[in-house]
Amino acid sequence: MVRLITHNLLACHAKDCNTNNFPLEFKDVQLEIREADFNPDFLKGFMPKIEWKALVDTARQLGDTSLPLEQPEMLDDEFLKNLHHVLLEIHVEEGSMTCPNCKHVYPISNGIPNMLLAEHEIG
Amino acid sequence: MSLSLSFTGHHDPQPLPLTLHSALFTLHSLSSVLALLVCAAIVLVLVLVLVARYYGDAEAKKYTSNTRNQQIQADMTYRALELLNLPPGQPAFLLDIGCGSGLSGEILDEEGYLWAGVDVAPSMLEVALEREVEGDLFLQDIGQGFGFRPGSFDGAISISVIQWLLNAETSHPTSSPPHRLQRFFTTLHSSLRSPSRAVLQFYPSSDEQVQMIAGVARKAGFGGGVVVDYPNSRRARKVFLCLFVGGGGGGGSGSGQGGGKGEEELPKGLEGEEEESARVRFERRRERERAKAKGGKRKAVKDRDWILKKKEEDEDEDEDERGRGRGRW
Repeated sequence: MVRLITHNLLACHAKDCNTNNFPLEFKDVQLEIREADFNPDFLKGFMPKIEWKALVDTARQLGDTSLPLEQPEMLDDEFLKNLHHVLLEIHVEEGSMTCPNCKHVYPISNGIPNMLLAEHEIG
Repeated sequence: MSLSLSFTGHHDPQPLPLTLHSALFTLHSLSSVLALLVCAAIVLVLVLVLVARYYGDAEAKKYTSNTRNQQIQADMTYRALELLNLPPGQPAFLLDIGCGSGLSGEILDEEGYLWAGVDVAPSMLEVALEREVEGDLFLQDIGQGFGFRPGSFDGAISISVIQWLLNAETSHPTSSPPHRLQRFFTTLHSSLRSPSRAVLQFYPSSDEQVQMIAGVARKAGFGGGVVVDYPNSRRARKVFLCLFVGGGGGGGSGSGQGGGKGEEELPKGLEGEEEESARVRFERRRERERAKAKGGKRKAVKDRDWILKKKEEDEDEDEDERGRGRGRW
């Protein structure tokens, strides 16, 4: 159940891994699409928190090309529906996420990412 | 909602019998006493490991299906949301710290919040998956800190969890309680939007513990403080850390007139006896169940519990039959 909304907020939290530690890179993923309630107000409120480039790149990597490369200023219904789908309906069920900086691998099993660190990796 | 809750009753290995034993054996050589002690220690460790295994799975399910626990957890979740004082009618993205099997998450779903939850117990998260909560779940030790980008969440709640940060897991420096608390509060503070709040209900074992935890939270940059509900009732007393980021910015009823500085006033704890709220509690529960039925998420007749019970019964029956069979043949 890793949706792109949380993936877009998630950086590596291993010791001394402070730069270039976002976004975590998906590998060997299995996806599931699950419908969610469309809530335009939530999306508009959430827009400022999004790292747009990371979201678009990740969505494209997972096979969804519906989002424009630049964050649009006009938020029409079609755009919001696409954004809704990318953020809240694509679930990564299996696979892993790798930190681009320290290369720590966070495995995803049964939809749950394992964020536990070994003792020497704790900050 | 960590399952370690269930360990407490079994963790007292009663050192008394051991000293008695050693007293009895003073006539024997020292080495045989030592050997005996070592044996006793090994047996104790084995028993503890077995107990831990057992509780890992079975207790996660039991804890979740105990209605009294459920009711207390639900009450505290509603109260935490009240203390969170989110702007009414505005959607929010929340963090559920120690989400366990999703008891609080279900309420967040019903109240229309989007959320992510973290817990250190895989067996609890598994139950949460089966309950089909909407939030994203993470297997995470909160004492190791969060990796969320700054300002990710509009608020955080935690029900009966952070007292576990006071246990040292190993002798490694990063697992000392002060280090874990500091790591937890610093990374939580940065994951929250400014202004916002984190409301963490927990079970302290002393006032010193409360002061210690609140002190680390303050050092990490949080404002706010401790709210105690029903302080004079032994059973109903509940302690909430009500922490503010950037003044706590209530969008609520404007209860705190901070007078220009923008720091919200700390909410007051509830007074009186628990009994007074009994009516309200059942009303809430009814409402919750009604909302559920309406939402089409009605509990299946043959749900997980039913299937598990059936399975158990079948196994028992098999065993019985085998037993009888042996007798007959």
